[in-house]
Amino acid sequence: MPVMGEPDAFGKFGDFGGRFVPESLIFACQELEDGFRKAWADRAFHDEFEEILSSFGGRPTPITYCARLSLKLGVNIYLKREDLAHTGSHKINNVIGQALLAKRMGKHNLIAETGAGQHGVASATAAALMGMKCKVYMGAVDIGRQALNVFRMRLLGAEVISVESGAKTLKDAVNDAMRAWVSEVETTHYCLGSVMGPHPYPWMVREFQSIIGKEASLQWEKLVGKSSPDYVVACVGGGSNAAGTFAGFAEATSTLIGVEAAGGAALSFGIKGVVHGMASSILQDEYGQINEAHSISAGLDYPGVGPEHAYLAQINRAKYVSANDSEVLMAFKILSQLEGIIPALESAHGIAWVINAAKTGEIEPGSNVLVTLSGRGDKDVAQVSELLGGFSGAGPGLEEVDF
Amino acid sequence: MNFIDLETHLKSIRKSGRPILVPYITGGITNDWMHLVEELAHLGADAIEIGIPFSDPMIDGPVIQEASNLALQRGATTESILLELAQLNLEIPLVAMTYYNLVLRADPTRFANWCHEGGVSGTIIPDLPPEEMRPLETALDKESIVNVLLIAPSTTDERLKFIAGKSKGFLYTIGVMGTTGERTDLAESATILAKRAKQVTDLPVLVGIGISNEIQAQEVTKVADGVVIGSAFMRRILEDQSGKSALKFFSSLRSAL
Ligand SMILES: Cc1ncc(COP(=O)(O)O)c(C=O)c1O
Repeated sequence: MPVMGEPDAFGKFGDFGGRFVPESLIFACQELEDGFRKAWADRAFHDEFEEILSSFGGRPTPITYCARLSLKLGVNIYLKREDLAHTGSHKINNVIGQALLAKRMGKHNLIAETGAGQHGVASATAAALMGMKCKVYMGAVDIGRQALNVFRMRLLGAEVISVESGAKTLKDAVNDAMRAWVSEVETTHYCLGSVMGPHPYPWMVREFQSIIGKEASLQWEKLVGKSSPDYVVACVGGGSNAAGTFAGFAEATSTLIGVEAAGGAALSFGIKGVVHGMASSILQDEYGQINEAHSISAGLDYPGVGPEHAYLAQINRAKYVSANDSEVLMAFKILSQLEGIIPALESAHGIAWVINAAKTGEIEPGSNVLVTLSGRGDKDVAQVSELLGGFSGAGPGLEEVDF
Repeated sequence: MNFIDLETHLKSIRKSGRPILVPYITGGITNDWMHLVEELAHLGADAIEIGIPFSDPMIDGPVIQEASNLALQRGATTESILLELAQLNLEIPLVAMTYYNLVLRADPTRFANWCHEGGVSGTIIPDLPPEEMRPLETALDKESIVNVLLIAPSTTDERLKFIAGKSKGFLYTIGVMGTTGERTDLAESATILAKRAKQVTDLPVLVGIGISNEIQAQEVTKVADGVVIGSAFMRRILEDQSGKSALKFFSSLRSAL
């Protein structure tokens, strides 16, 4: 049996996953599962999906060798460049797949939740491309810290709905998107942005994102050689770029590392529970109330994690670690200064872990490390400039980093 | 308090020819919420649904969300609510409604114990589908507590039969595709679904979600055996914490049914 295969008949990966939704949504989930199974077994669907990702989405994305950073750290670092995909992150892969599927199923409206705004932008983009209507639910707090993406979504013709419930971040945006979905389910597809939620989402989104890992493993062979990377690293919010990456290496000897935000580390500090339609590892208090996640990156501020990651952790196939805000800011600057790549704050979590692990020797010198750079950092520049002392003048935070 | 069998109790009311009226109240919503529960019983509630607040209530609209947040801010927990209920001595059954994460966090056995202590006759867990209810059902069985299942307008005929076969106590009919909350018009879907349910089950069929006033309650109980009133009642508690206007509203519902 493949490590990252299909979930069982209940949509479970081991003990995790499932379909824990109100009865009103059971039919929609079933219909979506049937639709996805048919589409995914259809060569024509794959052809169309891949054609759009190539002619519109900019795939395949390259692998870049980080010569200066590698020299500094004594390990060989390669980046899978999802930041170069259209709209600036891996989110476009999933969204093109779901929008095509929605059309096939006769649903012409999309709703989506978003944290950093990348999935919202990708959804709005797919909707514009395919002539669909798009509504994006976004926490009021995130709207404040990701103004650029809010404007991009509006420019693309999407309606951005400010979510005022709960902590007003990603988890609450998911709640409100699901609530909206219940009442519009006949005409509307819920375009979920990560490998989470009720079955079939965790499986379906991983399949759409697995193009990252498939491409990377072929590219790796050409670029580096037959032996797989020693480490395959990706950041984990819900876990879609990580799942898509891992899918290409799960059968290989590579050590798989998922890096969560220290303030949202569901796999390190979570407890098994049920939220947003899935059984997974979830940050919660002793009474079972869901905790709010806190990190510098809106896209990783999620108290849960995709169920397949909980499973991969349980069977020890993947290891989950975390990076804190200051390590991430440092990695953000290092990648910019040494490699000319401004990473998304989410993606900088992966880099931050590699830098630390190389310095402590956890990654042996000379190892080959593949990191998925899930997105570009333009959306984060305003926020980071504030943290570093403002746009104008070289604030104290901008001197060359020494590490 | 003394244990009451939910299904037997509701069926006897149905037999008397009176529509079943079940108000919903969020546990811990005010200091004297227990007093409101007692008042509801005195005013003729046939059973009372006690909501145990969850931080992420997926099927609830703004009113129940606000009520849940308030109760949580006041420190309400699964245990505190269920154990407070133990002080009551009512002649009608209580049904605990909550989300599955709270059951899992407590552990199904401990949750079932607390329900038993509180004299609860049944549970409603809207995000726990019948396919996944075995652990809870096993724990509840030991305390003779039943788990009530839900059907929705989107439920297929085949699945409706399956759910009706597994539900105990009554069959909770979600009247409208949407979250809890008041609606100006009674959704046609409520009556249609209640009719479909009545054709396949002898369980009492209660319609909840979206029933907002006397006229809607009268209309839907032409077909259904009864109604659950949630947001329309809770909104009045949020507006007037004394509960006076909520209870007055409930009385007028009772006299209409
Ligand atoms: C650039 C980027 N990377 C990663 C994530 C986290 O999502 P996931 O864990 O599903 O890849 C986001 C989410 O917004 C993102 O924008």
